[in-house]
Amino acid sequence: MTQQNTPTPLSRRAALSDRRAQLARMIEIREVEAAIQALFSEGHVRGSTHLANGQEAVAVGIARALDPDDVVTCTYRGHGHALALGVTPLGVIGEICGRVVGCAGGLGGSMHLVGPEVGLLPTFAIIGAGLPVSCGAAMAAVARGTDRVSVAIFGDGTANIGAFHESLNFAAIRRLPVIFVCENNLYGEYTRINLSTPVEDIAIRAQSYAMPGIVVDGQEADAVAEAMAVAVARARAGEGPTLVEVKTYRYSGHSRSDPATYRPPGELDAWRARDPINLFADRLTAERLLTGDDLAAMTTDVRAEVAAAVAEALAAPEPGIGEIFAHVDAASGAEEVRWNFWSK
Amino acid sequence: MALIRMRQAVLQALDDAMADDPAVFCMGEDIGAAGGPFKVTEGLIDRHGPDRVIDTPISEMAFLGAGVGAAVCGMKPVVEMMFIEFIGVALDQLLTQAATMRYLSRGRFSVPMVVRASAGAGQGFGCQHSQMLDHWMRGTPGLKLAVASGARSAYGLLRAAIDDPDPVVVLEPRILYGEREDWEVDRSYRLTLGRGEVRRKGGAVTLVTCGAMLRVALEAAEAVDAEVIDLLSLWPWDQAMVLESVARTGRLVTLEEAPKGTGWGGAVVAEVVAAAFGHLKAPPHRITLPEAPVPYNGALEARYLPTAEYVAAQVTHLVATGTTPQPWWTE
Repeated sequence: MTQQNTPTPLSRRAALSDRRAQLARMIEIREVEAAIQALFSEGHVRGSTHLANGQEAVAVGIARALDPDDVVTCTYRGHGHALALGVTPLGVIGEICGRVVGCAGGLGGSMHLVGPEVGLLPTFAIIGAGLPVSCGAAMAAVARGTDRVSVAIFGDGTANIGAFHESLNFAAIRRLPVIFVCENNLYGEYTRINLSTPVEDIAIRAQSYAMPGIVVDGQEADAVAEAMAVAVARARAGEGPTLVEVKTYRYSGHSRSDPATYRPPGELDAWRARDPINLFADRLTAERLLTGDDLAAMTTDVRAEVAAAVAEALAAPEPGIGEIFAHVDAASGAEEVRWNFWSK
Repeated sequence: MALIRMRQAVLQALDDAMADDPAVFCMGEDIGAAGGPFKVTEGLIDRHGPDRVIDTPISEMAFLGAGVGAAVCGMKPVVEMMFIEFIGVALDQLLTQAATMRYLSRGRFSVPMVVRASAGAGQGFGCQHSQMLDHWMRGTPGLKLAVASGARSAYGLLRAAIDDPDPVVVLEPRILYGEREDWEVDRSYRLTLGRGEVRRKGGAVTLVTCGAMLRVALEAAEAVDAEVIDLLSLWPWDQAMVLESVARTGRLVTLEEAPKGTGWGGAVVAEVVAAAFGHLKAPPHRITLPEAPVPYNGALEARYLPTAEYVAAQVTHLVATGTTPQPWWTE
């Protein structure tokens, strides 16, 4: 592959306008997470990692609705979002393996993926932390006279932390162009939502903050993209924030050490029956964009690309000792490459 | 020269910074229409408008975090905490998010945000509105911490903090807001973060302090020939200045507005003992607050805080005997 043809985060993002590429990206997310799981078993991944298999339609649906210089905050369950927004498989896998080719140079790890070129701030490993930051990004967009929006992606567990309520209130009174996206996968870490949250729909909480609250089928990528498009248009028009609740499900446990034995029997199977990749493939088939063995062939191709990324990541060097001290602050001697939104 | 109160200097610094750079904006509780409970931001909204002098809900986590996001996206927010205690509910945004944004993005994002807060005891606000709490933030990689000690330093530190490309906390001892200093505002005036100032030359002892304790130290120093260093920054702090002074005086006393367990003097003493052991003629001594919350009662609060007479007596004991004196509460 020549340098020219190597996909960049930006070119990967642009590719999402193509229907088949949308499906391929969802498959890629599934396959990258499978690879991460395998790398974990093989001892290449330290600490913990949080998979979101089953939630691929959410990630691709959101990314489709945004421009690359809209600003996104996301949680530590962010592999899929990073990939959907455009971060390369090598950037994600390399980061999780702690290598220099990782999107944070191997210094961040699974919970801290970043993609400045595509608007992704370093993903937040503290529940709720991204929501206030998204409000500030939206304030900056307004102050700088752009129509950029910011998106905060978080889980259902976040709906019970103060930052959620403070941020929705703050965004509402200032009519900030923020879209709050709650990925309701029914579990906050190991605890089912009915044990932690007295309402079934998180979206109902939007009423308290005088903003629209929308419930979306998170297994349907198009439904997510369409709901996001409405919320984004509202934000760009200066009409303020929206809370979008996406109903979805994670096939894995909370983190790599969690076998998820707490789930009621049959629940996983019921959700797998509405697998987002299969649903989207069906849709493309109906649109005559996918025929016969296309899905299998596409999966084979993606697997090969992911395998190549894994090989490249494992062959890549680990960061030098000096990286410990680089970028701690402006005086730490590292080259400053200040990312500047909206002045490109 | 002209007499200027510290609150006027802070206001002038904010006003000048906003006039100099359209990216600077201020945000906090009651700072706009009300002008702030201590009148620090009085009139600022009239000069710069409500889009740049923003009254927030009582939601410190939201608006400090919004400062982080705005800073990442090219703004220079100055976030006010009315009392430093209020930052307790927002520490995640400061210590865990703002301080690591540059690191996690490998230098591609930075957080040029300033958090300024009134702090400290002496005015009867009770134990939940009278602490310095610098220890909550001190020593965090990626985060600077400064403490003003008067009008000039408030202006110089705040302007430097706003210029700085990384997050900076500036503590403003509330008791000094009304204090006057003979200083003419110079809008190019900056202090260097991380540097202290020798405020009085002396030979018998190096007395290291900051904030509202500076004036106590200066008054005490007259009786004991102390060299008084105002640290101005608690992180990073001016190790070179302290070590150079101790090498001359041979004695170190810290004067801290904090209980011993949380005071910054522990770090100063450790560094001096390790790096200047051979110069010491006496063990280092720390003058601190008692290990107790700040009392409300006026007489008790006055007793709780070190006075110049107390500091002079403590230093005199150290110099005369070569041993550390006991604090008043154990005598």
